Amino acid sequence: MSSEIKNLIKIEFPSRPENISFARTCAAAFAAQLDCTLEEIEEVKLVISEAISNSIIHGYDNQPDGVIILEMKLLPEKKIELMIEDYGCGIADVNQAMEPRYSSIVNRMGLGFVFMKSFTEDLQVTSEVDRGTKVRMIKTFLPISKENDL
Amino acid sequence: MQIQLEVENDILMARIIGEIDLAVADGMKDLVDERLKKGKFRGLVLDLGGVSFIDSSGLGFILGRYNKITSQGGKMYIVRPRPSISRILEMSGIKRLIPIYASENELPKE
Repeated sequence: MSSEIKNLIKIEFPSRPENISFARTCAAAFAAQLDCTLEEIEEVKLVISEAISNSIIHGYDNQPDGVIILEMKLLPEKKIELMIEDYGCGIADVNQAMEPRYSSIVNRMGLGFVFMKSFTEDLQVTSEVDRGTKVRMIKTFLPISKENDL
Repeated sequence: MQIQLEVENDILMARIIGEIDLAVADGMKDLVDERLKKGKFRGLVLDLGGVSFIDSSGLGFILGRYNKITSQGGKMYIVRPRPSISRILEMSGIKRLIPIYASENELPKE
């Protein structure tokens, strides 16, 4: 583990929707190592939920036997890096997939990447057709006011 | 996740408790749509007071039910969302489509 990385958790799980709740709870607990607000924790839960849902729905076409990897790194300066990787069908046009309201599936709102962009910095999506997709996000937590501290 | 359906004055009230994500959105859709099929409703109210988390799968559930009830000539309302849920409803644009009230008492009478 690099000296820049203060802590690291890596979990691997099958592409079952019931695992999304487990993954976002893990991410919330990991983020809670930092002095952060409940609102920031909710944002982490949301972006994790969106990225993993994308892997299940789009990457694996809702098949439950795909592999999803969630890796979280605690970095200096109140930052965490979140990485979600799958080995599914990949995205042919990443730029199109990241457009607001774009979804390849009817009745999806196409908001997953909108939330990821809104609540994190440095969102990077790398994908290769038939090889898989990797989403990497950095979340910086703001300093909490100490005015009310005794 | 729990969903409780009640009917009063031709309004279907769905009280939802828990987290709404991909794992539960389809099941909720089936339950509500099945009930909507069984009657002629002039409105659908989603009580989100017990909802602690929602993502775009949950928003898709809400938007889909909005499209369904309005295509049948009915109206849809959301009541009691927590601030964290209200924020997501606002970002998604759902707040511009569906009236949101802090309590059931504020719902339109007609």
